[in-house]
Amino acid sequence: MAKPRLTRQQKARRQFLSSIGYTAAITGVALAGYIPVMAGNNRLRPPGALAEKEFLSSCIKCGQCVQVCPVEAIKLADITDGFGIGSPYIDARKQACDFSCDGLQCVLACPTGSLTHNIDYPAQTNMGVAKLKIPKLCLAVQGQGFKGKTRSGEDYNGILRFQEVSRWDPVPLADQEFDLEICDLCVRLCPIEIRANQCDEGKPPAGDESQCPPRAIRLVEFKGNNGVKRMKPEILDGCVGCGVCEMVCPTNPSAIVIEINTERGLGKNKWMPDASMVKTVKELK
Amino acid sequence: MSSFKDSFSELLGNPPKRPDKKTFSIEVQEMHATKKFDKVRIQAIHDELAEAKKLPQTWRKRRWATLIFINLLFVVSFYFDISMLEGSLTASRFVGFHMADLNSALQVMLAYKHIVLNLVIGTVTIFIMWWLLGGRTFCSWVCPYHLVAELAEMVHEKLEAKGWVKDHPFDRRARTWFWVIFVILAVVSGYTVYETISPTGILSRALIYGPGLALIWVGLLLLFEIFYSRRAWCRYGCPIGLTYGLVGSISPLKVQYHLVDCLHEGECRSVCLVPHVLDTVIKGKAAGLDVDLGADCTRCGRCVEVCPTKSLTFKFKGFGDKL
Repeated sequence: MAKPRLTRQQKARRQFLSSIGYTAAITGVALAGYIPVMAGNNRLRPPGALAEKEFLSSCIKCGQCVQVCPVEAIKLADITDGFGIGSPYIDARKQACDFSCDGLQCVLACPTGSLTHNIDYPAQTNMGVAKLKIPKLCLAVQGQGFKGKTRSGEDYNGILRFQEVSRWDPVPLADQEFDLEICDLCVRLCPIEIRANQCDEGKPPAGDESQCPPRAIRLVEFKGNNGVKRMKPEILDGCVGCGVCEMVCPTNPSAIVIEINTERGLGKNKWMPDASMVKTVKELK
Repeated sequence: MSSFKDSFSELLGNPPKRPDKKTFSIEVQEMHATKKFDKVRIQAIHDELAEAKKLPQTWRKRRWATLIFINLLFVVSFYFDISMLEGSLTASRFVGFHMADLNSALQVMLAYKHIVLNLVIGTVTIFIMWWLLGGRTFCSWVCPYHLVAELAEMVHEKLEAKGWVKDHPFDRRARTWFWVIFVILAVVSGYTVYETISPTGILSRALIYGPGLALIWVGLLLLFEIFYSRRAWCRYGCPIGLTYGLVGSISPLKVQYHLVDCLHEGECRSVCLVPHVLDTVIKGKAAGLDVDLGADCTRCGRCVEVCPTKSLTFKFKGFGDKL
């Protein structure tokens, strides 16, 4: 069966049109990456991340931040994140950032400043803010203590630094025994609170008083339903949204969660350790 | 400098220029005139090739070893936490020195609209490195997609030999359109749109940080290349290839064609990823006794190893015959 023979010109025209189709199809697939971004599928970003829009544009998707994190909190997003493919995020419930690197290694590793190089200390980050989302689940609100190992029933393998166990090596959270009259895990394991406590004891982090941060979370008394005195966590100005409280909360799901701050970023740090730092950021603005 | 202009225009996707025979030197003109197809010898070569069944693979083996070594270095650096080559192909640190893929760095700076110092350092390093090494050398010697596409190409060729599939070439200018489109999209949208579909970035990250759904996209591209259009992405799509081609246009490392011994039997053109750069080997087209191949050449060495008369060689210009 003889196909109708195409002239040279017809062939060239056909190839030209199919090439336009090829270009349009691939460009279309790439542009579909805008959908998840538009849908505002916001993620908890690593310390120092610029505001979401700038963060996605400046991130070169190399994963160097992933490589330096001692607790392996940072993961890279898949193609389902569209333009956010390959960008780093933290799933706090699985593994939060506990700042056990102290020096913000991910920030130092970032080649583009997508994690801004203008911060030096954990307390300067602004990833989000914790919120007691389901108060009735909270053990403290129920007036309960906590005995045993947190999240041990979940085949959980998240790790945290416990200074009294090891200064350098984070250890599995589910291996730690607690015996608390009133559950205050979110307070006692908060990395900001731990630093503030060290300062109160006269032993600031790295012996540097300028690293003493404002308080992030505490338990406060409130009056329950029938006038019973109960405790509940109260989030303070120093909370940076690292997610450790969400990670360690023994209830399932976690009673306390991080509300992601997408407006975070340069010049929006909550707290400055000293005057010289304030100046640097102002100069940059 | 017309050869540079031609190579550049060819890189952007225009068909190779027909050389003006009047400008050929007398020596070259005579060479073309006196050359006859030595049918007996060509037949002997074809018989020999048919008997060997496999084309020579010397350079291919070296190239695959290099490609796998470099990509493994990324994997091993992370896995064993030895700070050799950290990051992935979009940006990395080689024993602490910043390196940044030129196209990724360009996309970031256009989308972010800042000059990022580390990226400038990284791009200058990478630019100098690939300028010395030939530009698109990145494609054939480092890019992990090139390796899987080469394997897919073998499948395509097998199927084509059985008559099950047919190659549908596209207009080579499509790659230039892509390059421009993704530059415009980065500037206008403020996102690194190209990274969403970059098989180079996706594969590099999958190797280092573990596989994900993005690999489905890479798989679809490969299927498209096997069943519809041979090497479609590397030939007509990849803006990274064009970026490195621009670097390669001024590189001292070339594959050089030598007219004297060539029998014009065309083995080189059938194995080449970018056969338009070998237009000069067609009888009567070489403008000189020794002709450098164009900027689009990936310096993969396939033509060098398969040429039965050794009429194609690697050449580092500026060193004369010292190398």
